[in-house]
Amino acid sequence: MSAPELGTTSLLRYLWRQLTSMRTALILLLLLGIASIPGSIFPQRTQSPLKVREYFDDDPNGAKWLDRFYLFDVYGSPWFSAIYLLLFVSLVGCVLPRSFHYFKEIFKAPPEAPSLLNTMEGFQVSPASLERAEAWLKKNRFRISKTGKSIAAEKGYLRETGNLLFHLSLIVVLLGIAGSSVFGMRGEAIVNVGERFINTPTNYDNLTPGRLFSLESLPTFTIRVNNFSAIYDRQTTQALDYELKVTTKDSLDSSEVNQIVKVNKPLTFGSTRVYLQANGYSPLVTVRDSAGLVKFEGPVPFLPQDSNLSSIGAIKVPDMDPQIGFVSSFFPTAARDEVRGGFSSFPELLDPRLLLSVWKGDLKMDDGVPQSIYRIDTTDMERIGLWALSIGESYSFEVGSITFNGVVPWVNLQVVRDPGKQYALIGSILAIVGLLISLFIRQRRIWVREVGGNLEIAGLALNKLPGLEDEIGKMIQELGDQK
Amino acid sequence: MSQSDWAYLSNDLIYVALALYALSFLSYTYETAFSLRANKISGDKHLDRSITTKSRKVASIVFFLATASLTLAVIARGISAERIPLGNMYEYSITGAMTFALAYLIIGLKYDLSWLGLPSSILILLILGTAITLLYRPSAPLVPALQSSWLVIHVSSAILSGGIFLLSNTVAGAYLWLDRIERKGERSEFAKRLPSLESLDQLSYRLVAFVFPLWTFAVISGAIWAEAAWGRYWGWDPKETWAFITWILYASYLHARVTAGWKGRKAAWLCLIAGSSYLFNYVYINVWGSGRHTYSGL
Repeated sequence: MSAPELGTTSLLRYLWRQLTSMRTALILLLLLGIASIPGSIFPQRTQSPLKVREYFDDDPNGAKWLDRFYLFDVYGSPWFSAIYLLLFVSLVGCVLPRSFHYFKEIFKAPPEAPSLLNTMEGFQVSPASLERAEAWLKKNRFRISKTGKSIAAEKGYLRETGNLLFHLSLIVVLLGIAGSSVFGMRGEAIVNVGERFINTPTNYDNLTPGRLFSLESLPTFTIRVNNFSAIYDRQTTQALDYELKVTTKDSLDSSEVNQIVKVNKPLTFGSTRVYLQANGYSPLVTVRDSAGLVKFEGPVPFLPQDSNLSSIGAIKVPDMDPQIGFVSSFFPTAARDEVRGGFSSFPELLDPRLLLSVWKGDLKMDDGVPQSIYRIDTTDMERIGLWALSIGESYSFEVGSITFNGVVPWVNLQVVRDPGKQYALIGSILAIVGLLISLFIRQRRIWVREVGGNLEIAGLALNKLPGLEDEIGKMIQELGDQK
Repeated sequence: MSQSDWAYLSNDLIYVALALYALSFLSYTYETAFSLRANKISGDKHLDRSITTKSRKVASIVFFLATASLTLAVIARGISAERIPLGNMYEYSITGAMTFALAYLIIGLKYDLSWLGLPSSILILLILGTAITLLYRPSAPLVPALQSSWLVIHVSSAILSGGIFLLSNTVAGAYLWLDRIERKGERSEFAKRLPSLESLDQLSYRLVAFVFPLWTFAVISGAIWAEAAWGRYWGWDPKETWAFITWILYASYLHARVTAGWKGRKAAWLCLIAGSSYLFNYVYINVWGSGRHTYSGL
């Protein structure tokens, strides 16, 4: 006799059974927890790209190796996706067959009493009659089935329903999350106070559409930023309130609406929401060449570096010959000490100061390589001046002059379309309901058998929740009281 | 009374609570030490419990008074800041200690928990001591991101879960300690007064099963709030990640118990690990971590 051949189908069936076993699901669940730890240890590209860049600067070789294992993109990495996809499959494979099984089970009568009741939970003997026990079980809404001299009763069928509801809702949550990343979009735009944001792809500083999101379907709303006010605590410099006043239009030809945006109160345009995410200052400057011709004029957004809004920025004037760049710092309330040099001591505009170092040469803006708007690559440039300006002052350098006219605040608007979030929310709510049902409903069986004029009573707590013995005790007591 | 008067009152009440918890702790220690000594001297297997019962009663009453003072301190802090006192790590700590103490007292109405008085009072002393010395910040308004009614819902459900997780951890810890004693031989006369291993096992499970839906709710309400404040409901911020890990560990714990039939030592260890992930999130991520949940005020 030869051993039965292990064909492909039976191998696949074996693997499927392994994958959908409760044990595998549990191991995958624990693995998912462990796998998410590195993402809280290493900086992640999606949250803090600057810190990732610092990591690469400090230890290029180590960072290269960490990057090979996706440790800067943990939650989008193949191994993390593998774990949650396997868990997802395992969940479906485990839950769906169980739902069918329990669905059939719900309409079935409770199984017959085991032959030896005294090995079951809460075993007791009572002198009451079988009829009275039946009446008690019926009164307490047990489902019963009677065979000869014994009764099988069961209660708490909803427990398994709750369990299934919980697991099925988790699948809904996962589908919602997946839906958002495929059909959604998110983008950011820096808008100076006084300017208008029109929702078209070119107006974004960065834009990440989902795989199946078409950029033509961006809703055509506009937002005019009228005023931004920030209030800070005088002692602690902590922010107390941010308020953004805007005038919006749902589409180009609809009427204007005045609205107020706060950190916890985003704007809503259909399924798209706009959030106030960050703020900073844009110094207003005018740059002239030596003939006095204006070569650049306008607000330049600077990037805040600390809570007092000390900011760095770059003013680039490619139209001058040679090209001119100003590597700059801006302090809304200028202060000085020996350790830090110049810094800002308060986030409001109490004593604004613009620090400039002037560079001439090639700004490399024509290479096609995307550049940071806050930085200048000065490798092929020469420094020709260094100065600090207060509002209204000018500084003349070799080939022209710069005037510091004033300051306007800017706000960072985050535009998010997240079509899956309702499903994720509904799924979460159903999950809690399912969880409550499955954790607090006791499913239990009680068996009663007449043996020699007495009743033997015992039971089984199907989800191991305590309380069955007390219940049987109460049953026996009440049967006795009825005499 | 002015706002700063309320703030000072709150601080004074914290010191009163500290002193009372210390007193309660000493009475519990006295009780424990005395019954141990009595055991050694008397030689026979019976203890004179009349003295230890009295000191336990004193300890419980003082514990109750301390908790009352702590509760008033939390309320006074809230009045001084004109909001729920959950705006920074100091406030979170004193409110957390209060939740733990109240959970201990309320659950103590149903189950006898007085044997847990000693470890509970030490834990509360540690939390309050750290809070008032290292984490203290003057009462101040909330930063704009926290100005939302979700603060009350999200943070208080998180803190209530934390208090009960800590309690279930204490029970699981007691289980493991007694389990070690029992494996070496019979329980000592002192340990005999403590509940059976089985009831400890059951109690820590029931606490987790009771609080797990609340913790799930805390995570979900956080997600709803994050959607309103930060433009995304889930962003793998370190604090979110660790809340998720805690959730997964407790989910595994419940699964392991209900479907895989884990009990006793293994289950107690898993319970301790899950609880530690909550504490890690609270201590490490708050103080040294980065991310958007940086409201500790440190």
